Amino acid sequence: MSVLERDPGDLVQVLDEDGTVVGDEPDLDDATILDIYRDMVLARHFDQRAVSLQRQGRMGTYPPLSGQEGAQIASAHALDEQDWMFPSYREHGAAVVRGLPLKQTLLYWMGHEEGNAVAEDANIFPVAVPIATQLLHATGAAWGASIKGDTDKAFMCYFGDGATSEGDFHEALNFAGVFDTPNVFFCNNNQWAISVPRERQTASRTLAQKAEAYGFEGVQVDGMDPLAVYAVTRKAIEKAKSEEPPAAGRRPTLIEAVQYRFGAHTTADDPTVYRDDEEVQRWKAKDPIPRLENYCRNHGLLDDESVAAVRSEVETRVADAIDAAESEPRPLPGEMFESVYNELPEHLAAQAAEIESLREIYGDEVFFEH
Amino acid sequence: MSTTSQTQNLTLVQAVRDGLYTEMSADEDVIVMGEDVGKNGGVFRATEGLWEEFGDDRVIDTPLAESGIVGTAVGMAAYGLKPVPEMQFSGFMYPAFDQIVSHVARLRNRSRGRFTCPMVIRAPYGGGIRAPEHHSESKEAFYAHEAGLKVVIPSTPHDTKGLLISAIRDPDPVIFLEPKLIYRAFRGDVPEAEYTVPIGEAVTRREGSDVSVFTYGAMSRPTMEAAEELAEEGVDCEVIDLRTISPLDRDAIISSFKKTGRAVVVNEAPKTGSIAAEITAIVQEEALLYQEAPVKRVSGFDVPYPLYALEDYYLPNAARIKEGIMETVEF
Repeated sequence: MSVLERDPGDLVQVLDEDGTVVGDEPDLDDATILDIYRDMVLARHFDQRAVSLQRQGRMGTYPPLSGQEGAQIASAHALDEQDWMFPSYREHGAAVVRGLPLKQTLLYWMGHEEGNAVAEDANIFPVAVPIATQLLHATGAAWGASIKGDTDKAFMCYFGDGATSEGDFHEALNFAGVFDTPNVFFCNNNQWAISVPRERQTASRTLAQKAEAYGFEGVQVDGMDPLAVYAVTRKAIEKAKSEEPPAAGRRPTLIEAVQYRFGAHTTADDPTVYRDDEEVQRWKAKDPIPRLENYCRNHGLLDDESVAAVRSEVETRVADAIDAAESEPRPLPGEMFESVYNELPEHLAAQAAEIESLREIYGDEVFFEH
Repeated sequence: MSTTSQTQNLTLVQAVRDGLYTEMSADEDVIVMGEDVGKNGGVFRATEGLWEEFGDDRVIDTPLAESGIVGTAVGMAAYGLKPVPEMQFSGFMYPAFDQIVSHVARLRNRSRGRFTCPMVIRAPYGGGIRAPEHHSESKEAFYAHEAGLKVVIPSTPHDTKGLLISAIRDPDPVIFLEPKLIYRAFRGDVPEAEYTVPIGEAVTRREGSDVSVFTYGAMSRPTMEAAEELAEEGVDCEVIDLRTISPLDRDAIISSFKKTGRAVVVNEAPKTGSIAAEITAIVQEEALLYQEAPVKRVSGFDVPYPLYALEDYYLPNAARIKEGIMETVEF
């Protein structure tokens, strides 16, 4: 029986909280397991530095991801090169796995439009801030691929538990079920939509079971268990590209990755207002990083020396990315205008000329007096 | 604009259908999607026969969900298709409004051109057909207010086909609002071959020297009627059909106004915050010293669109338009 055919309430787990194997291990080579470990450490360190930059006034509001590395990193590693990814706004870890440089994530949250300029060879959609809206884009792109006869791609979409209450969640999954689109809908259920708990979003026993209403499979996975996340996601991706007849083959899947955000929704809120420390500590015991580290140590893949080497490597990468982002000059006002349309319309050209003439007269500093 | 000697005599809604057929035949990436657009051919028959011609994958009956239709079209467009989603009535576009303003309009800008959204969202709009509530609104200003969109409103069968083809070929998203009051009100010559009418260019329907009357959509007809009646009374109106309300043809507006020094704007939208206000601002900014009279707006009222027993009071007609023009001419 495929792991996707389990009862939606039957949580898939491979590692227990100590990193001991308790389920079926996915077919993964050692190098990929170590890549997942390194990228989780990278994402955690990046996150801590990003929060710190915000606190120091070097970056704007930022949505932290700590605690969610297992779900993000392992699911992104399960994708094939040609697959597409549609993030919400918290998937900095998944994005770096898929080829978005950390510098760009930093630039975006530092307020530079250029941060969302995804390279031509990376099939990553730009950040979607309005909740659940990106699910429809993922469904549409997957549907477009089917219409064009492209059967080699899966379309991964990330969203949170709060997003499952939005109409666009329903419409995206409903269309996906009706039109047999090759989607993987990956719900990062981190238990809290800012201050509103998962129980206040829906009376459903699980989020995964909602897939049943749309006519496809939903599965609940321990989102802080990277090996379980990989196993489930990989199966869903393979199903999205299956050559078997549509009824059993190329179809969407809903994955509910049960996890916890250790920090705030964004740097603009204080989670101690709405949840107690006992709950946070209970979830911190499930931290995906020590879990996979223990597994790797038990299997002879990591030791003190190599753990320190990973640590040092990610610190250098993050420091370099911060340096590069902070060295980026302030963008020119012309950048506001240039990508609105394919060709600059006359009225926008006139408005761009207006700000340029003011800059010529007054210089730039006058604009920053408030 | 290219034309051929082969023409058909079509209604406006038949010209919509002909434009879709022409572009779907020329470009297999063009697909039509929406509620009842397939077997049923659309509730106004704008997609009649397309499903039979192009099949299920290109003429798609979707679930009943406007946000779903437009939101999935965003993904399709980013993937390389050119979707033409139909909103059954513009009054039912609001579930898709978030997708339109948050993503359709912004995807190019947000991604710095990496992803684009070449789609045409078609919707019948406007009043005068004795329809139930929510079927008669004229809310084009919502879309004209949003950067990244173009907004086109044809008023003749010929322009409808040519503008629709331009819209489908446009690399940017276009909101294509079809004045359903005149879907079948008259016929006009439409070339059988493909041709384009450029987006962003107004057309002078009647040359005149006393007053410039700017209009678009279904209001073009009563405006022309008023202009012809006033001509017999010695008032020479210039009638400009805007055809595109975003981007506006500022040059056409300004040059006509400089000639006449007087302007009337006729539209069926609520008066406050409408395109008429924008035209008023343009002539103030660009041609104040030519101005002989206040700009007059002959428009709908700032009320919810009334049920149809009252809609004849709401919609501008030739009598109201004549009154507005005379007020301006006699100032």
